[in-house]
Amino acid sequence: MKRRSFLLTGFLLLGLTPAARAVVDPWERLPNPAEEKRAEQIGRQLRCLVCQNEDIEHSEASLAADLRRIIRRHVALGWSNRRIIAWMVKRYGTFVLLDPPFEPLTWLLWASPLLALAAGGATAVVAFRRQRASTPLAPLSEAEKARLSELLPP
Amino acid sequence: MNRRLFLLAPLAVAAGGMGGAFVLLERMQSGHYSPSSLPSMLIGKHPPHFTLLALPPGRAFSSADLAAPGRPILVNFFASWCLACIEEAPMLHRLARSSLSIWGIDYEDAPADARAYLARYGNPYARIDADLSGRVFIDWGCYGVPETYLVDPHGIVRWRWAGPLTPKVVAHGLDPLLGRTA
Repeated sequence: MKRRSFLLTGFLLLGLTPAARAVVDPWERLPNPAEEKRAEQIGRQLRCLVCQNEDIEHSEASLAADLRRIIRRHVALGWSNRRIIAWMVKRYGTFVLLDPPFEPLTWLLWASPLLALAAGGATAVVAFRRQRASTPLAPLSEAEKARLSELLPP
Repeated sequence: MNRRLFLLAPLAVAAGGMGGAFVLLERMQSGHYSPSSLPSMLIGKHPPHFTLLALPPGRAFSSADLAAPGRPILVNFFASWCLACIEEAPMLHRLARSSLSIWGIDYEDAPADARAYLARYGNPYARIDADLSGRVFIDWGCYGVPETYLVDPHGIVRWRWAGPLTPKVVAHGLDPLLGRTA
């Protein structure tokens, strides 16, 4: 009985979580579904500057809505993805890209997981070697053996 | 000795981190640093090309007027629905009285609302444009109101501040560029 109610609550909660749906107003959508899909793909790569941790497809900010509209206009005009993104970066800088570009300024950012792994690995190797290199203990003398048997239970 | 150093290293890192955090918070409070602020793409460049209609009864201005104005111009994006704009209004008046030309761009606002706002909080703007669609706002790389840009006498953008102009922001950011000491 306990297990059933647990599962039931779990499914209920799952059903209540809001699906990550884009906030594109049906009137905003381009009539051509392929174009609309391309516009959404572009929008999902761009950061909403107001909220800063959402993409512009999902942000409710009015600036995001304006930018979505501009992207759709550019897609309808036949601009390439590259040109549309360049248009955004020209105005807002590379911070508008949710995926930071791989350039000298961001090399450290991209390399940091590898560097952390390398640092951890090096520490482990050094610690391991140090343990190996330490002199082993000398065997117990007779007196020490006698003392040991005294201390330990038979 | 080596071992002691090894043990103290994490403590040193933590202390360094705490020191850094303290400096960060201090700079955030004084207005020197805002973690959510973006560097403007216009710094060192001319403003983007634009023409807008005036917010009546004000006088319009376009990018041509900013090409080489011969004196520093403060371009201020504002809106009647923006609370932080009310907060910075006294500072704008103070700057206008100090003979700095302030040109306003009213962002996505109903002209009647904007006029009511200016009537209520005063009008520091020598010229005002109405950016009804918000397109010029985006072309300048703005992401909120109020935002303020300093255009130098040669028409180059020298400074951008996103957020209200507080006395600290003006003292640390704007006055040095205008060659003004407190």
